[in-house]
Amino acid sequence: MKLVVGIVRPEKANDVLAALYRAEVRGLSISRVQGHGGELDRVETYRGTTVKMGLSDKVRFDIAVSDDFVDTTIEALCEGARTGEVGDGKIFVLPLERAVRIRTGETDHGAVTPVGAA
Amino acid sequence: METQISSGDTAWTLVATALVLFMTIGLGVFYAGLVRAKNSLNTFMMCIAALGVVTITWSLIGYSFAFGGDGDFIGGFDHALLKDVGFEGTEAYPNVPHLVFFAFQTTFVILTAALVSGAVVERMRFLPYLAFIALWSIFVYPIMAHWVWGGGFLAEGGTLDFAGGVPVEMASGFSALAAAIVVGRRMDYGRQALLPHNTLFVLLGAGILWFGWFGFNGGSGIGTNNNSVLAFVNTLLTPACTLTTWFLLDYIRGKRITAVGAGTAIIVGCVLITPAGGFIAPGWALVLGVVGTLPCYALIMWRPRTRVDETLDVLAAHGIAGFTGILFIGLVAQASWNGDLGEGLFYGESALMGDQALAALVAPVYAFAGTFILLKAIGFVTSLRTTEAVEAIGLDVTQHGEEAYVTGEGAILIAPDGDGHGVGEPVANPV
Repeated sequence: MKLVVGIVRPEKANDVLAALYRAEVRGLSISRVQGHGGELDRVETYRGTTVKMGLSDKVRFDIAVSDDFVDTTIEALCEGARTGEVGDGKIFVLPLERAVRIRTGETDHGAVTPVGAA
Repeated sequence: METQISSGDTAWTLVATALVLFMTIGLGVFYAGLVRAKNSLNTFMMCIAALGVVTITWSLIGYSFAFGGDGDFIGGFDHALLKDVGFEGTEAYPNVPHLVFFAFQTTFVILTAALVSGAVVERMRFLPYLAFIALWSIFVYPIMAHWVWGGGFLAEGGTLDFAGGVPVEMASGFSALAAAIVVGRRMDYGRQALLPHNTLFVLLGAGILWFGWFGFNGGSGIGTNNNSVLAFVNTLLTPACTLTTWFLLDYIRGKRITAVGAGTAIIVGCVLITPAGGFIAPGWALVLGVVGTLPCYALIMWRPRTRVDETLDVLAAHGIAGFTGILFIGLVAQASWNGDLGEGLFYGESALMGDQALAALVAPVYAFAGTFILLKAIGFVTSLRTTEAVEAIGLDVTQHGEEAYVTGEGAILIAPDGDGHGVGEPVANPV
């Protein structure tokens, strides 16, 4: 059981969602984050104030999956998020100690398996 | 002639001028709310740009093409560079100083040029856009304004257009269609949901537009005469009916009454009454609000299913509504209400309907063709639209180096005397 964290470009978030859907990865959370991954800075000017924007908007996917689904999920994230330019994002896979589905009290494997998928 | 200047008429026209100028800001709010956050500043700036660029082109030559001569098709050079535009009235409007008439007309061309931007938001480069509105406000709007207001062939023929069904509404609507076709659709159009980012802005913008429209329609009689008073009141009545009819149609269609629909309905209503305001009875203005909603609503529901990304539906809300309003005059105009200017089909005269139909035929053709040619010409010199990468990042950062919703987190100040601009190569160079 792993937690797959994918950090992607906001404009690719919809493509990632579509790819995950096709891969039958259904349970996920997203959040808007800001980050820096080595891409070049944007320069913005507001009247006399010129700034380098060191952080870019990103969308973070948190996806808890059973071990069988880790590779599928990573492939879907890559497929949906890749443009080939610096700043496409990163994927981190973390071990997951416990998971509980609040509605039923199911734990672990049962909790990260989508309802209806045996 | 100086003695004929009416202080009352002049005062109202001055106020109306300021009201109409504010409409361009309202339009900016409305349009900005309808696009995605990353393009909202650019969208607003397209409206703001018209305040600068179009005022200059119009002062230099556009005004003269509209009102500076008696040609059938185009005015002339009589008022180029604002020659002979002074404190005295004109032949057509001796009651207000020529300067005031000019200022009032200026606010119209600004708004109309800004309207067209709705077709090309979220993908058109800013500099070619500036070139486009500069040329458009010389070669499209003034010609059409001349036809109906400056002594052109439509005015001579007897077409009635109170506040701009031809030069404002049909001009912007059919120009928008041409612009959407030439510039092309957004890269994600039809593939992803491209949603309004702030629906409160949509309502606020629509409200400002309605407010300003009292100057637009109510001022178009150039004074406080009966036609102006009638248009002012009709500007209250027609949009009220459009709004309520839209509620009904929304409810029938989806069992929900939508706010973006309400904002759109207000604008459709104001447009419907624009050509007809000073010519039709208040009762008919109510009817127009109900009947006129139908074609506009139908087109707005159908257009997103097509491949034409006329993004903010300028054609439906302005082109088709203006078209409907122009024709409606031919049906229901009443000499007893409009001061013997014309009588419609329902009151036994058919000539007026013919004149209105002619306007409804030529205006779309000229607006579409003119805009098509201008944009193709600009596109020959430089690319009209951004690259896909820029479209993905958004036009606020790439075109203006600013964002609408900036947090400042992670922003590193570049010392004014430093060579900060040279550090690295910014991703978001203006493209």
